[in-house]
Amino acid sequence: MVETVLETTGLTMRFGGVVASNNVNFSLKARELRCLIGPNGAGKSTFFKCVIGLHTPTEGQVFMRGQETTGWHPHEIASLGVGIKTQVPNVMDGLTVFENIWMAGRRFMPSKEASRKAHEIIDRLALGSIAKAELGRLAHGERQRVELGLVAVADPWLVLLDEPAAGMTAEDVDRMSTILHELTRTAAVVIVEHDMKFIRSIASTVTVFHQGAVLMEDHVDKVMSDPVVRNVYLGKKV
Amino acid sequence: MSSSWGKQDVAAIIVALVLMWSMPSLISTYTLTVLIIYGMLGLSLGLIWGFGGILCFGQAAFFGLGAYTYAIAAINMGESTIPMFLAVIVPALFAAFLGVMMFYGRLTDVYLGVITLVVTLILFKFVNSTAGPQYVIGEARLGGFNGIPGFHTLNIPGQPEAYIWGDALYYVCAAALLFLYFFVTWLLRTSFGRIAVGIRENETRVSLMGYDVRARKTILFSIGAAIAGLAGAFFANWSEIVTPGLFSLGQSAEIIIWCIVGGLGTRFGPIIGAASLAYLKFLLGQQSLIDNTLITGIILVLFVLFLPKGIVPAVSSLLKISFGRRAIRKFGNRRTSRRVGKING
Repeated sequence: MVETVLETTGLTMRFGGVVASNNVNFSLKARELRCLIGPNGAGKSTFFKCVIGLHTPTEGQVFMRGQETTGWHPHEIASLGVGIKTQVPNVMDGLTVFENIWMAGRRFMPSKEASRKAHEIIDRLALGSIAKAELGRLAHGERQRVELGLVAVADPWLVLLDEPAAGMTAEDVDRMSTILHELTRTAAVVIVEHDMKFIRSIASTVTVFHQGAVLMEDHVDKVMSDPVVRNVYLGKKV
Repeated sequence: MSSSWGKQDVAAIIVALVLMWSMPSLISTYTLTVLIIYGMLGLSLGLIWGFGGILCFGQAAFFGLGAYTYAIAAINMGESTIPMFLAVIVPALFAAFLGVMMFYGRLTDVYLGVITLVVTLILFKFVNSTAGPQYVIGEARLGGFNGIPGFHTLNIPGQPEAYIWGDALYYVCAAALLFLYFFVTWLLRTSFGRIAVGIRENETRVSLMGYDVRARKTILFSIGAAIAGLAGAFFANWSEIVTPGLFSLGQSAEIIIWCIVGGLGTRFGPIIGAASLAYLKFLLGQQSLIDNTLITGIILVLFVLFLPKGIVPAVSSLLKISFGRRAIRKFGNRRTSRRVGKING
């Protein structure tokens, strides 16, 4: 039986009178890659933030490998071995690419091992030419790639990525797809994404959010041909 | 990542020893001692603000607390060794208590600044109002606005009658500053120090990596307070009296100005800023034509406008440019541009 690594039950998040996330029941198996899609304001990012601990849900529970993590701080969740990337590139601009990745690895391994792993990740992500450059001087796509390196260096068993392909070139997106497939050999991956071409290239199952709730969960081709999804997501009347 | 000691550190030791030996021929050791003490105080804020991103408006509180702790303990114990330790421990514990409240309370930078400022003000007001005979700790009267005079000053450990004063106190303070400089250097090269710099750069990212930012900031804040406390204890030994003025807002503001002028994010900058501005204040104090604070204010404005990174980063950039030019002359443009291309892709 394949282990469930992430599960939410009745997850609800209210901001005053606005229900941003409404009774979301979600589960993810080990080594599964799942995309969360939906129009702007559908509640994907709120759900994501509740899972990673940036928001404490108003109701409902979050479980990781069977352990309840509702209301935990982000650092406690990351300490379990969960790799997290937020929507906006969240990196340390004044430090170099190597220093950024080393720091992410150092949390889970000794300094020398972290250095070795950082070099390994830098090679895998083709960041060698900019390894000594400060993050603040890099282009958006490069910063996104570095942030993926921060996530991958610690060998996580669960990876949570919010819009990893945003602002990337076609070449970068292709490289990102390859890396994500590599990650699924050892980790389950959840991706919040808008780019349908990218989603088709990486995922088989997608979860569609609409008005804070899960509208549909199925294979990407089936979901994209569904008239209700086309209506709410693409704005096409059927 | 390499954490070994290199040529830069050897050069720093040589420069420090030369300065320690040569400066008394230019400035009296009495004045030099207080400049060194202010250098320690500048270094304490330089560490937590320049490397940890914690802007503390109340570093004077820990300085004053260190001085008062030393004075009270020295009166009660009649020697200086344990009081010196207490002067480090008490401000560190107070900072840990304050840090837990602020960092675990998820206070943002602005509120952190306000709270540290207010704590300094409270201490200033409280110590000022302790003139009555009921304010006694053991045999030490707090003395209100008159402060505490006549306590046992620094002695050789285990020999209460062997006082360290005058030139000897200068050399002890200089050695202590050198030790603190290398302690801070070592700290910043450890994983803890590097992660502290990461917290300064992006607190959320460091948290998402699995580090407990709150605990790390509290520890760094306490280390900064301990250094300020040690500076306070040396100040008490130098001045032989402690007064509520140590907790004043003016003192707190001066420490911030020292760091800005010397250069934030450097170890040497806050020391240089503190020593040079304090010496300028000392020189200006010998005349009555222009107000001291006016000059300090003008200097701050000029630095913020024309040299925002401070003295040390500016000099360092200048040296890099001149050495860079020399390298180009030596190896030729073609080879240098290849090397730059390799680094920057």
